Formats: sequence, structure tokens, C-alpha cells
Amino acid sequence: MAKKYRFIGKPAPRKDAVEIVTGHAKFVGDIKQHGLLWGKVLRSPHPHANIKNIDTSKAARLPGVRAVLTHHDVPKWKAGVPPHLPMLDSKVRFVGDAVALVAAETEEIAAEACNLIDVEYEQLPAVYDVEEAIKPDAPQLYEQFPGNILPRGLPFFGPELLQEVIMGDVDQGFQEAEIISEGTYAFENIPNPLPYEPPGAIASWDGPDTLNVWVSGQGAYLDRLSVYYTLGRKIKVNAYGGPCGGSYGSKGMSLPVVLYSAILARVTGRPVRVCLSKEEHLNTFALRLGSRIHGRVGMKKDGTITAISGDWLINTGYYSSATQGMVAVGCGEVQLALRCNNWDLRPKVICTNRCASGIVRGFGGQELKCALLPIVTEAMEKLDIDPFEFFKKNYIRPGDGYYWRDSNWYVYRGAEYSKAMDKGAEAFRWSKKWRGWLKPTSVDGSKRRGVGVGVHGNGDTGEDTSEAYVRLDPDGTATIYSSICEHGTGQRSCLCKMVAEVLQLPLEHINITDSDTRISPYEFGPAGSRGTYAIGSAAIAAAEDAKQKLFALSAHALNAKPEDLETEDGMLFIRGNPENRIQWRRGMGVDSTVLGFGRFEADFTLPNFMMTFVEVEVDTETGKVDLLRVVSATDVGQIIDPYMLENQLNGCLGSAGIDSALIEESVLDTNTGRLLTANMVDYKWRTFAELPEMQNVILETPFPSHRFGAIGIGEIATAPGPSAVLMAVSNAIGTRLHSYPITPDKVLAALGKIRGGDEK
Amino acid sequence: MPQNKGVENDIPRIKATLPKIITESGSVIEKEFIELTVNGEAYELRIGNRHGEVDPVHTLAHTLRETLNLTGTKIGCDNGACGACTVIIDGKAVLSCLMLTVECDGKSITTIEGLADPITGALDPIQQSFVDHTAFQCGYCTPGIIMSTKALLHKNQSPTEQEVKESLSGHYCRCISHYHVIEAVMDVVERGR
Repeated sequence: MAKKYRFIGKPAPRKDAVEIVTGHAKFVGDIKQHGLLWGKVLRSPHPHANIKNIDTSKAARLPGVRAVLTHHDVPKWKAGVPPHLPMLDSKVRFVGDAVALVAAETEEIAAEACNLIDVEYEQLPAVYDVEEAIKPDAPQLYEQFPGNILPRGLPFFGPELLQEVIMGDVDQGFQEAEIISEGTYAFENIPNPLPYEPPGAIASWDGPDTLNVWVSGQGAYLDRLSVYYTLGRKIKVNAYGGPCGGSYGSKGMSLPVVLYSAILARVTGRPVRVCLSKEEHLNTFALRLGSRIHGRVGMKKDGTITAISGDWLINTGYYSSATQGMVAVGCGEVQLALRCNNWDLRPKVICTNRCASGIVRGFGGQELKCALLPIVTEAMEKLDIDPFEFFKKNYIRPGDGYYWRDSNWYVYRGAEYSKAMDKGAEAFRWSKKWRGWLKPTSVDGSKRRGVGVGVHGNGDTGEDTSEAYVRLDPDGTATIYSSICEHGTGQRSCLCKMVAEVLQLPLEHINITDSDTRISPYEFGPAGSRGTYAIGSAAIAAAEDAKQKLFALSAHALNAKPEDLETEDGMLFIRGNPENRIQWRRGMGVDSTVLGFGRFEADFTLPNFMMTFVEVEVDTETGKVDLLRVVSATDVGQIIDPYMLENQLNGCLGSAGIDSALIEESVLDTNTGRLLTANMVDYKWRTFAELPEMQNVILETPFPSHRFGAIGIGEIATAPGPSAVLMAVSNAIGTRLHSYPITPDKVLAALGKIRGGDEK
Repeated sequence: MPQNKGVENDIPRIKATLPKIITESGSVIEKEFIELTVNGEAYELRIGNRHGEVDPVHTLAHTLRETLNLTGTKIGCDNGACGACTVIIDGKAVLSCLMLTVECDGKSITTIEGLADPITGALDPIQQSFVDHTAFQCGYCTPGIIMSTKALLHKNQSPTEQEVKESLSGHYCRCISHYHVIEAVMDVVERGR
């Protein structure tokens, strides 16, 4: 594009870079407050049990203990959608469920106090499988959810939450099909997004009616609102966020942790910190959804999809914090990738006795696609259709419509993405490497290579509401008031760049406030790739508003009309006459500030796009799969910062992304209900020594409705990869694999070299 | 998972015992204080379980963070598996969550807070390179990775890219900033050549 920007599109150091590299960034666990107590949680060793007796007397007498709380002692605060999970209950529903809370002077005393609590349990039968859980005689987790099936609804997303995809006439669609594929696939390895910094919060009270919470999260407003509603809308909640050591969605709401610190602080009259240990994090916090589909897909020889139907069974574990919302967005996203007129996709959200699933980037869509796309690819295989050509044909184009999360029909008004797909395929050399279904790209002794491709997009780039203020000071500096936290994307720095571009101020003259709901206006927070378009547009509008107010105040000083003024580097001048310039303070006065306000309203018409190509090498002797190469193709309209964008796209491997097809899983022992992988040795993750070759193909076709033509992408980076890996390994070894992750035993079983594995 | 241990008799008090130093000749010395040098500053810390003291159960990571308020050293797994807590002791990268503080008596320790010039604030070249390459996302792994890199380059001034990868392979990074980290480190290596 001909547009030349001064800051946009050029790399710049992150505003918080020096704090990060010097260790001075203060994460929640780093905050010291006067009188701060340590909170700990006693957790259930049983997957399902009633608490018959609980004796805290010994714990309470331990010197240094300030509070011991059980379900007898706490208010009836309930988390979940709809509210169903008491913060402490007389019943436990998974191994790791909270039984009692302790606050003490030191971490060691708090841990010892937990050990001194005697609990008598009446064990109940537990259920882990979704189809077992909905049988009439299955153990019931909640009285109010018969059959363990959760009702629809999610307050943030409005009353008519999309909870199925039903349109057209599937019977007719299947009649028109030239081939029908049918089967069951699942993405049920429940990987953990596992942000480095475990979830944590500090709470303190100012009198009985005001609660302050410091939370490791993405944006303070969601913490404020979720706590406010959970506490019955009677308490004023101030929420503060700081640097967040990773989230990937999972800390979008950290409700149980925040509630524990809030009640302990209330009882002790002191600030209380509850930060989970890594074992607690792995055992008790936000896994991906379990996703299983009995599906049916009709297709024509030219790759037209004539019908899709299926029962989508979603395992949310012991509670739902936002699962129905993820189902809604997943149902929307699947329509973006698979153009089809006849749908009958019916989800069921089911509770089981394991750690809860929670928000994770990919937000329902990754989980749905990982299970549904393999059924779609079976139809492609029967018709010998190249999956790249198929995805290119069936991905949404401008003018196409879809039902989104609020059940409304939207028409896509963004870019044509086929150019980005072609560029990606070219970079990957897809046409050279694709040899047909279940055919390896190359064979070298026991090593066989294969390729796969996946696609994803999300219409949430413009979801929800953002507000921002921009304040101009007479010294030629500007401050952005926004409550977003820095959770790794660099979004706070990117906002500074956008505002710098509007005001033509050097980046070092732009600051952004700490995340603090007392001083900043409403902000949903960074989620669903909304940072660039939604949050960015609010900040841009606030900067523009401030600039116009500055011009109105300053026009007299230059003897001009406001509309004839321009500004650069904190100076004002009449357009076309930059030599004759005055400082802001001469225009606005030294005793004033200028405040601009910007607001962004939800817009679901601009889904983003990402196509991921992968090449794997399978050792048919050992069953080991190596990921050799990943090419990610996208079109972001306009790059804001190339380093930050690349970092986000490289993130496709981690946070329960591509590696959830290869190495990542939470292994649940269904005899005991325990996770066998609740430490960072047994939970597998990619190391520096095992990096695949990574290439990002990024196009910049401007989106006219953003000031700089940009939309966001980060959230979806993980989503297209896992099903592409399943395809690639199947092609390499010449037989289909059916489950994630593709561990060596499954490969060897599929090759008939060992018995067992998961191959049915 | 905390187990509900049945506790007989009375409530046990958490009691500090003085660390025993066993000398080469086999004699045992009990100490009341330990001495640490951290980022060039000498600390004399009393053994005990009161506020500001070093309990023999305290790891070095805990003492740095909670007693000395040097929170730049992060704790990830607290189990030696992730690299977050890496500090440098006598030139070597060490996992401070796997060392007891009482084992560090007399040792000289460098943490992430000790890399920049204390007077001018000028960043260490590794830190500067991480800034220049945006070699982090959430930044939680960054202190540990920088400390490992510092120890590596101390030992080997011109490692190959493969050696850098091997050397950093004990560090967890969930955002996948690995590619930019390698660029940043190799940039420092190139400049040093």
C-alpha cells in the first residue's frame, strides 16, 4: 500500500521491555502488601464424594493460622454459567475440588494447616465419559442439571446464545450428495493451556462494602464484573491487573481463585494472596474442552458440501465457566470454514467428574474442528479432493453469511482470503508435496513424511465493547486510559503506537495507565483477536477526539480555524505551513488538560483467517512423529508491529495448540479420577531443542473500517494446526489415525506393529 | 494433592533446626547465620523461622523472592523442570528452586536484577538484545532464559545456534518466543565475534 506510517508497521521495543528483561515487572505473585497473608486450598482426593464431617480444630490452633473456612462458614457465592458452583460445598466433584480454605502468616504454615484438617468423605460413583454421563443411571453432579446436561446461556453474550447450527434441509442435502462420510472423531486429550505464571489473586477490603482484587488476567473489567455479579451485586469491586504471565484465554476469568482470596481477606481483615502451585494449576484450572462428534457429511465431486449433521458432545468437566459461550463461537466458526447450506449440528454440554474445562484460545472452534474436520476429510478422500483446494473453495468470502454467537445472521464484509491461501501454499510448496490421500510425500527407509493443512477464522475480531480515554498534557505528552493487561501479545504497546500515529507524537511521549477499573472506562479486554480492531478502534477514536478538542482550544492562538490545524511532535501549525508552529501549551494553556473519549461497539462482520500447513516425519520403527515445518498464512490488513505479530503466530505450537496433536495431553486415570500428568515433567511441552522450521506468510490487504486497515489475528493461531497434523501423519503412514495426541503407541498400533493403542 | 493426614497427639510446631555444616575432616558445625553475596551486596541472614530469617526448608528461590524481595527470579514449577528460577552461582546457571538457601552459605549469587549496570542502569548486552528483538511475550520465562544465556556466554563466547538451543532446552516458554530468543542470543554472539 502507498500509505506511509511513521510508527504503524515498524518494529519498536515494547513499552514494558526494560521491566521484563530486568526482572522489575511485578506479576501478582511479586506484589508485597503490608500484612499480606498466604491463602491455601485443601483439595479433595476423591472424584465424587459427600463431606460427612470436617474437623478444622487442629488447623485453627496452629500458630500463625488466621482463618480456616469450610462450606459451613462461607457465603453462598456461586460461580459458573448459569451460577451453579458454590465456592465451597458439602460435596466434591473432582479430584482437586476445594474442601477448605486457610489463611496464614507464611506459605509453610498455610500448607501445614491444610494437612491438619480432618475430613470424612462418603465416596460416590464418578463418571468421566460424556456418553456415560448422560445415561439415566449415571452419577449426577448437580441436582439442578438432570442428566448432567447444562442449559444454554451466557450473560456476556446476550440472551439468544447460539447453541446449534440448524439451517436448510439436511435430508435433501444428503440426497444431493455424491458421497457421504460418517463417523466418530474426538479431541478429548484435554490439554492444558498452561500459562507459565499460575493463576493467582490478592484481595483486600476497604470496609464492608468495597473489595479490591489484584488478578493475573487479561483485563481487569471482566474480573470486576464476574466478582461483582457473583457477590450478588451488593459489593463495589475494584479490580487491578498487571503484567500477566500468560493466559491464552484461561485467565480471562479466574473466579474460584479470586473468590477464595476475597473471603479469606474478609474474614481475616488482612490482604490475602491465593496463588496456585503448578501442581494445583495442572490439576484444577482450565483444560481445553473435551469434544466428540458423531457426524455425517455429504459432499459433491467438485467439493461442494451438501449437508453436515452431527451430535457434538462437549465435556466441560465438573463445571462451566464459559463453555456455552465457547460452543456458540465454535458453532459460528465452523460455518466460516465450511460453506454449506444444510446444517443440523446439535451440541450438548455435559458435566463429568474431572477438572473443569475453561476458556482457551481457539475458544470452542479448535475443539470442534479437531473432531469434525477428520470426518470432512474422509469425504474428500473418497472423492480424491485436494484438501487445500477444498478449504480454499469453502472458506467464507465477502458477501457470505453466517449465524454468530448471538444467533444473528451476519454478512462478511472483509477481505478475500484466497490470495493469502495461495501465497501460503506457494511458500509451503503444497502442490509439490501433496501426493494424494494416505500417500506419503517421501519415504526414506523407515522414515516417512506427510503433509496436512487446516484452516480457521473467528468473527470475534470486533466482539464486545471497548472504551478508552486519551489525555493530552500541555508538555506534549499523551496518556491512554485503558484497563487491558499485558498478557503477552504486546497489545498495550500497540495501542501506544496507534495513538502515536493519530497524534504524531514520539512513542516515548505516549503512556498507558495501569490496569485499574477505578480510573479507566469500560473495556471487555483482549480476547478473540479483538485487540487490534475493537480495543484499537476505541483508543484511536479517543485520540482523534482529544486532537479535535486540542485544535478547538488552540485555533485562536494561531488565528486559524480548528479544521485547518495539524499537530506533530507536540507542536501545532496551520496545514501547509509547518514552519510556523507553536507548542501545545501555547494553544491549550499550561493549566489545562484535554480529554478525548472513544467507544467501540461490537461488530461481528469481520472474521479473520489463518491457514496452517504442516509437514511431519514419522519413524515407522519407533512410532515417533517429528514436526518438521509449519507455514502459517494470513491476511491482517496492516501489520501494527512485525515482531509482536510473528511472536503471536509462532505461538501456534504452544498453549495447547499444534502440540496438542503430538505431545500434549492431560492423562486421566479413570480408576481414581486423578490426572497422571500434573507436573511439568509428565506434562509434555516443546523445548528449544525441538523447534520446527517456522514460516509466517502475512498479507496486508487493508480493512477499510479500521483507521489503519488492520484486524487482529493472535487468538486463532493455534486452531488450524492439530487437525492438519492428524492429516499429515495419516498421509505419511498410509492409514488414518483417529485420536489426539498422536503418540508413538498409536502410530505403531495403526501400522499393525503393536496391539492396542487407540485404533478401533 | 494435599492428603488429610491423621495427626496423633498434639499439633506439631514448625520448628527450624540449625543447619549442620559437615567439614572435610568430618566434624559438625552448627551455624546461626549464613552469608550470601547477592548481586554484589553482602547479606548476613539469621537461621530461623521468624520473619526475615532463613528457615532450613527455604529454597534459594524462596529466599531471594520473599526474604530479599528480589522477585525478578520467578518460580514456575518449583520442581526443577521449567527453568524460571535460574540464577548464576559462581559463574554457573543454577535452578534456585532446587537449592536450599542454607546450602548457599558463602556463595556469590547473581540474579536478573544484578545484570544491568547498578549506577548507569545500562542494560547487559543480552538484555538489550531481548529488548531489540522483542524476544518475549508474557515475559515470565525471560529472567531465567537471560540468566542461562549469560552463563552460557560466560563459558562459551561463540556458541553455535544448535548449542544455544541445547543450552536453553530446560526453559519452558508457553507463548513460543523461542524463535525470537534465538535471534536475540545469536545477535549478541555475532556482535561479540
